Amino acid sequence: MASHESTYRPTSNISKWLDARLPVQRMMHGQFVDFPTPRNINYLWTTGGLLTFFLAVQIVTGIVLAMHYMPSAADAFNSVEHIRRNVNYGWLIRNIHAVGASFFFLAVYIHIARGLYYGSYKAPREVLWILGVVIFLLMMATAFMGYSLPWGQMSFWAVTVITNLFSSIDSIIPGLGTRIVQWLWGGYAVSGTTLNRFYALHYLLPFVIVGVVGLHIWALHVVGQNNPTGLDIKSPSDTVPMAPYAVMKDVFALSVFVLLFAWFVFYLPDYLGHPDNYIEANPLSTPPHIVPEWYFLPYYAILRAIPDKLMGVIAMFSSILLLIFVPWLDTSRVRSTKYRPVYKWFFWLFVFTVVALGYLGSKPAEGVYVQWARVFTAYYFIHLLVVLPIVGVMETAKPLPRSIAESVLGSPAAAPKHR
Amino acid sequence: MTTPNRAKIGAASLLLASALAAGSAAWAAGGEPVHIDRQKWSFSGYLGKFDEAQLQRGFKVYVETCARCHGLKRIAFRNLVQPGGPSFPEAAVKSLAGTYKVDAEPNDQGKILKRPAILVDYLPSPYKNEQEARAALNGALPPDLSLIAKARGIESHAPFYLVPKNMLVDIATGYQEGGPDYIYAYLTGFKEPPAGTKVPDGMNYNRAFASPHMTAMPNPFAGGDGFVKYDDATPATVDNYARDVTAFLAWTADPRLEERKRLGLLVTIYLLITAVLLYLAKRRIWAKAH
Amino acid sequence: MASHSAEDPNRRDFIVILAQAFAGVGAAVALWPFIHQMNPDASTQALASIEVDLSPVKEGQAITVSWRGKPVFIRNRTAEEVKTAKAVKLTELKDPIARNEALPDRSPATDQNRTKKDKENWLVLVGICTHLGCIPKGQSMGDAKGDYGGWFCPCHGSHYDTAGRIRLGPAPQNLLVPPYEFVSNTMIKIG
Repeated sequence: MASHESTYRPTSNISKWLDARLPVQRMMHGQFVDFPTPRNINYLWTTGGLLTFFLAVQIVTGIVLAMHYMPSAADAFNSVEHIRRNVNYGWLIRNIHAVGASFFFLAVYIHIARGLYYGSYKAPREVLWILGVVIFLLMMATAFMGYSLPWGQMSFWAVTVITNLFSSIDSIIPGLGTRIVQWLWGGYAVSGTTLNRFYALHYLLPFVIVGVVGLHIWALHVVGQNNPTGLDIKSPSDTVPMAPYAVMKDVFALSVFVLLFAWFVFYLPDYLGHPDNYIEANPLSTPPHIVPEWYFLPYYAILRAIPDKLMGVIAMFSSILLLIFVPWLDTSRVRSTKYRPVYKWFFWLFVFTVVALGYLGSKPAEGVYVQWARVFTAYYFIHLLVVLPIVGVMETAKPLPRSIAESVLGSPAAAPKHR
Repeated sequence: MTTPNRAKIGAASLLLASALAAGSAAWAAGGEPVHIDRQKWSFSGYLGKFDEAQLQRGFKVYVETCARCHGLKRIAFRNLVQPGGPSFPEAAVKSLAGTYKVDAEPNDQGKILKRPAILVDYLPSPYKNEQEARAALNGALPPDLSLIAKARGIESHAPFYLVPKNMLVDIATGYQEGGPDYIYAYLTGFKEPPAGTKVPDGMNYNRAFASPHMTAMPNPFAGGDGFVKYDDATPATVDNYARDVTAFLAWTADPRLEERKRLGLLVTIYLLITAVLLYLAKRRIWAKAH
Repeated sequence: MASHSAEDPNRRDFIVILAQAFAGVGAAVALWPFIHQMNPDASTQALASIEVDLSPVKEGQAITVSWRGKPVFIRNRTAEEVKTAKAVKLTELKDPIARNEALPDRSPATDQNRTKKDKENWLVLVGICTHLGCIPKGQSMGDAKGDYGGWFCPCHGSHYDTAGRIRLGPAPQNLLVPPYEFVSNTMIKIG
């Protein structure tokens, strides 16, 4: 698809003049209007557009909040209350930003699951996939630092606990972990100094994400979109132009997702949060049961499942970093799980595992919860390190359709009617 | 045909799962489970509105009982006048403000004298700082109540297989009143301790408080029915005191609630229509491709 | 289905255009909160009126108070200063308009129109030079009061008289008289 030529024809003199100097309209037309899109993509392929939308929403609402927010230990909590109570539509913009972070993650988890199910990481899309993992990591860092900004009890203790993860390095090189943590904090404990630097980075990182998203879309448009059959595009009848087909589908899916989003923004703004974060940070008292935001719960469960500090941290980070190697861990010749009768079961077991880890991460780290967290943590790694390579080799795939067009239109005879 | 369905189920289960994890996270806490009943509130649900008269009574209860120890520092006198709250008449709040004394600007000698409060002033707290409060109250610190209705919640003790169902119901009904439910249960939870429970000096038994049910706060309504006089016909009972002051605190924690729910309804209706129109338009366009 | 839509292009276009219009209007309306958030917020608006006690201000003295974040000059003028201000003919003024928010737009800039009836020793002005927004001198005893005994703006040399009217320099207008009223003999409410 890299050789796809834009059908852009400048009409006015101004656009001709510009086209000869900076063919930006030609590029946009080629990439987002007449770009060939597999005609069989389902609604799961609308999550990319959704994520772009949420990135934009987070940046716009974030800049607006920055106009009213004050990043100091004395003022942060009060300024958020000022936004909620006094600023015109401040409550709305703050709710959009806070709930938006959750919906951003909800969309990204669906996006990742879709990629795993349809084998969108397999050749030639490895770089595309790795860029996605990088975006995911940047999102997590951004969300974590953003969560510190309201400077409530959960904010404060989340920063304390997560930055303390680095102190586990002490058990490899004594003293180094402590030094790193003090460097992160700018002191001997989490303080206003820490808040101030997190604010600066929280403002910066989204723009880094924009850059990597640009690369992600570039890589996507070089190799073209995957599709539910996992087949390559072989002829023009396999595709439809992006506009109006895929665009219209994206916009409709967006409206439905935004409807759900609005429901939370207006009626359940605190549902995804924690009551303790409405208590101002108190460095002298930890809430009885601290939990991260829901989107970090599976990793939190993995961290707590391992009884050793350093190993827990390593397991948690490797649970995400392992995703980078999925293109090579999966040995199957068939992309789409649709045609993989055995792996299909393992895939849903993996989804169930992540959900179960999320549930367990929300529970106190004691008794039966820890036992189950260990079981599911074990499967998480077994799935990626053992199931993916072995099932790919052993399994016999179901017969694939001959082309994308055939999968949609039934037989090759029923070619699409072009008018 | 089955596989796209599976994909849809997959997406749905992911969504459900994340919601599930979130909800259970929100109310998790240690200790023995305390069951807290949900109450009916005029401000719950997607058509919820505060009851002005109730907030006015609640403010009276706050002033005459809670305010001795608890501040309300995020509420200015002007807030008591604004729409979507108790909406007292401006003149009444002005004269009420005049009865409170706040720090004036330093005078020509650099002394900070007291002056009567005006509308833009915030409600003065009973203690200057944490240390003064603790010194006066045997080491206990009464929290500021401005945000208390958001800073408390109730735990769900449902077994894990019921969690998804409960969450879907809460999401569909827009349930956000865990804080008020808890506060009401707490205010009415001062009971005789069960036989065999020793209550240490300076502590009080409260069945709604987290295990072991001991709280430093004494029963604020120990005076019984009638000790706060209501200006309207509402029966002056302890139950009503608890209900009214809880509603008032729900407002202090979320003074924009009415504006939020009103706009939310418009936005939801608009998005529903838009989604239907976009679906029809999408089908129209894709009709050419299939 | 496909053939139906092809036969009826108007309806097809209609539904697509309607959907796009709906989405477009919604997106445009959604911009409003992002614009409105920059307007003065509720706590700022609440400070829109202040009450000032005039009893400590002796004849010949002046105080400056802050109203909406702007300085307001309040001067208890001497009989001499009032007399001088009244003696000025409208034709001598650079700006013959009263600039009093309580009066109609075209009211002449007489001393009477710059003060309140029976309280003409009190002059209340927004202390911001109408040129480019500096704060004129003239409130303290030792300040330069300019050639006309009122205020002098050091930024670009505007001279105001004892009724706060521009007499010399680049400023185009008289100092603004904010909306205020006497709530008692010695108390005014500005705003």
